[in-house]
Amino acid sequence: MQPARSPTAPGRSIATVVLGQLCLPLGQIVAYVIASSVVLSLLMVAISLALAGSAVDQACVEGLGMNLFVFTLVNLPQVLMDGMTIGFVYATIALGYTMVYGVLEFINFAHSEIFAIGAFVGVELLIALTGAKLLPGISVLAACAYLGLAIVIAMIAAGLMAVAVERIAYRPLRRAPRLVPLISAIGVSFFLQDLIRLVESLTTGQFHRIIPTFGNFDQRLSLASFPLQDNQIEISIQVKSIIVIAAAILMLVGLNYLVNATRMGKAIRSVAQDQQTASLMGIDVNRYISLTFLIGGALGGAAGVLYALKFTRIDPFVGFFPGLKAFAAAVLGGIGNLTGALLGGIVLGMLETFAGAYLSTFTMGAAGAEYKDILAFAILILVLVFRPSGLLGEEVGHKA
Amino acid sequence: MKKMSRTVLLSMVAGGSLMLVSTLAPSMAGAAAPVRGTVKIATQSPLSGGQSALGVDIKNGAELALERLKGPLAELGITAQLAPYDDQANPDTGVNNAKQIVADPSVLCVVGHYNSGVQIPSSEEYHSAGLANVSPGNTNPKVTDRGYREVSRIVGRDDVQGAVAAQFANSKGIKKVFVLHDKTAYGQGIAEFFKREAAKLGMQVRGFEGTEEKANFDALLTPIIATKPEAVFFGGIYDQASVFFKQAREKGYKGMFITDDGYDSPEAINIGGPALLDGGGLYYTTVAGPAKLYPGTAKFQSDFKAKYGADPKPFAAQGYDSMAICLKAIEAAAQKADNKLPARQAVAEEVRALKDFPGITGPINFNAKGDLTTAKYFVIQVTAADSAKWNDNAIAQTLDIAPPQ
Repeated sequence: MQPARSPTAPGRSIATVVLGQLCLPLGQIVAYVIASSVVLSLLMVAISLALAGSAVDQACVEGLGMNLFVFTLVNLPQVLMDGMTIGFVYATIALGYTMVYGVLEFINFAHSEIFAIGAFVGVELLIALTGAKLLPGISVLAACAYLGLAIVIAMIAAGLMAVAVERIAYRPLRRAPRLVPLISAIGVSFFLQDLIRLVESLTTGQFHRIIPTFGNFDQRLSLASFPLQDNQIEISIQVKSIIVIAAAILMLVGLNYLVNATRMGKAIRSVAQDQQTASLMGIDVNRYISLTFLIGGALGGAAGVLYALKFTRIDPFVGFFPGLKAFAAAVLGGIGNLTGALLGGIVLGMLETFAGAYLSTFTMGAAGAEYKDILAFAILILVLVFRPSGLLGEEVGHKA
Repeated sequence: MKKMSRTVLLSMVAGGSLMLVSTLAPSMAGAAAPVRGTVKIATQSPLSGGQSALGVDIKNGAELALERLKGPLAELGITAQLAPYDDQANPDTGVNNAKQIVADPSVLCVVGHYNSGVQIPSSEEYHSAGLANVSPGNTNPKVTDRGYREVSRIVGRDDVQGAVAAQFANSKGIKKVFVLHDKTAYGQGIAEFFKREAAKLGMQVRGFEGTEEKANFDALLTPIIATKPEAVFFGGIYDQASVFFKQAREKGYKGMFITDDGYDSPEAINIGGPALLDGGGLYYTTVAGPAKLYPGTAKFQSDFKAKYGADPKPFAAQGYDSMAICLKAIEAAAQKADNKLPARQAVAEEVRALKDFPGITGPINFNAKGDLTTAKYFVIQVTAADSAKWNDNAIAQTLDIAPPQ
């Protein structure tokens, strides 16, 4: 690269930025989604064809009136949509784990509670707005605006909470052995869980919350529909799934830009590479570590609101499983690697949804949808056995 | 060991100070009754968490009963007190509470549990201590089928309830059902009874699944909808069932929902929203239902509303009756014990010995196992997407059925 065209030089054309920092990650996202969809779909179709004529196929014909192949195809579009939606939620949470790992090389187990705090702040705001009679019966645009407001407030709250957690529970332990902040993180996680429970149960004793119904988020948009033998293959998507996916993509691209194309991102990356050298270059290491927590926490908080929007009900323990899975997704993709977290989230979400949808029929009801996590995590173990650094490995240059 | 002795010590101190109070109280009132001591009746129900709306009202029903019906015991010089415990709908918490309750010698009766999965392990503790347990809402057959003399219930059983649900679906012309449950003793139990009866009636059971998932039903729902059931039965509690139903409607399921008495809470419709009533509608079977279904509850309803500021939720009247039974049994046992404080075992015997006890939910007689000799079962259709109108839902069926032997 010629020195005159260094990445941060002001003379760089807008076209380069758009191409390099916006289109590239978008392209990556699309490629990952398509690749994992195609691989898993082909796998399912292959299994269903391999089982044609077997006892499983017969049981399917008897029970459902269609053979296994048709059953697989009828379900496929919906499974892909669902897998993609939950995959993007996991990816957004996974970014929080991976950013902190990139900078501090430890797992912030309290991130799942940061996610829960975001969910509660957003939902409480929407409940308050409903109480003030602002939400029922409003237009689609206004509904989106209020949802956006809830997401932004949740991002601020969750981001600040993450910064506070770092300042109180991790910074004093920065020179301690690696295990110590890990234990501290687990402690913070439990503390925050019970703190949410305490605060939320102050008024009624109930500590779960239901996101209010407003706008047209619950509606389904039918995209296509074509017949297959006696069955109809429906391709439709819920408005709220579109919102979840769009918001997640927006945040992923935005983060990519922030980390790779701004001075701030450059500073974060330098802290990730070598804290001491970075501080010698005049970078305030503490400030940029706080900033990393702020960004990761904000993404987690936004994911919390999106999760509540998609799945309706939240309680103080809501973060545990998504958090665990997002952590697994970050490891699957290669922890410390932003693109890896994205890929890991999509793959894990897809795997889980495929397992949940097909396991029961393919095993003739012996292993139901409840075993979806076992299958998804078994595959995770397999991947890590053969690629211990994750699917994409640890790209040191893009750490953080 | 250390902890237990501390509990005993504490309860002795507490009991002592209470006796002091009770010695003072009658003398100030000028009553002539001889003072014999204090007894406690414990309640165990979820007072916090997702199911607390019902659990709190079970406790409140029991509290109201104690307030209104402690007179006869007071005449015998026995002060009756409420000891409410929060089992959090969690078996571990329930058993830990049960250990504490059993360790307190002044507790003579337990009104308890909303969840069968909590009652079954907790009642092992009551059983080994000979402590009477009157259940206001546990429907799993195992609650009484273990044959414990201490455990009685004033509601129906799931083997009957599950069958009632299947028969109802059949009467509505349903031929293809999908059965789902929450993997608890209660939910899985009733789902299995539903499935058994449905198969017996010639309905096609297109799948049987258990799930502990509380939020993301996507993966589960896609194949369910692909099997095109006309009805989906959910064995479980409303806080999970309603989320599931809502997501099923969002995914385009138009058929009927059938569920069980775990769904019987006004909160259910707040979670699910109006879409649940579309298509084939939403029905649930219950062993309790709103208090106004029972002719004897008029005064209870008004008293309850006056004291707690809201209509009693389902199972509150059963909480009231369970407490009434406890008090009556303690009274009878005390009379037989020459008006001294009775032994636990004697109280448990007296619970079973009650004949035609006039409960507000109807006359109460127990059989040898501790079931009601005839219990009421209702099928209710949810008709309004407004939790304030939950008690006005349409009654589709009312049945009186004797328990299987």
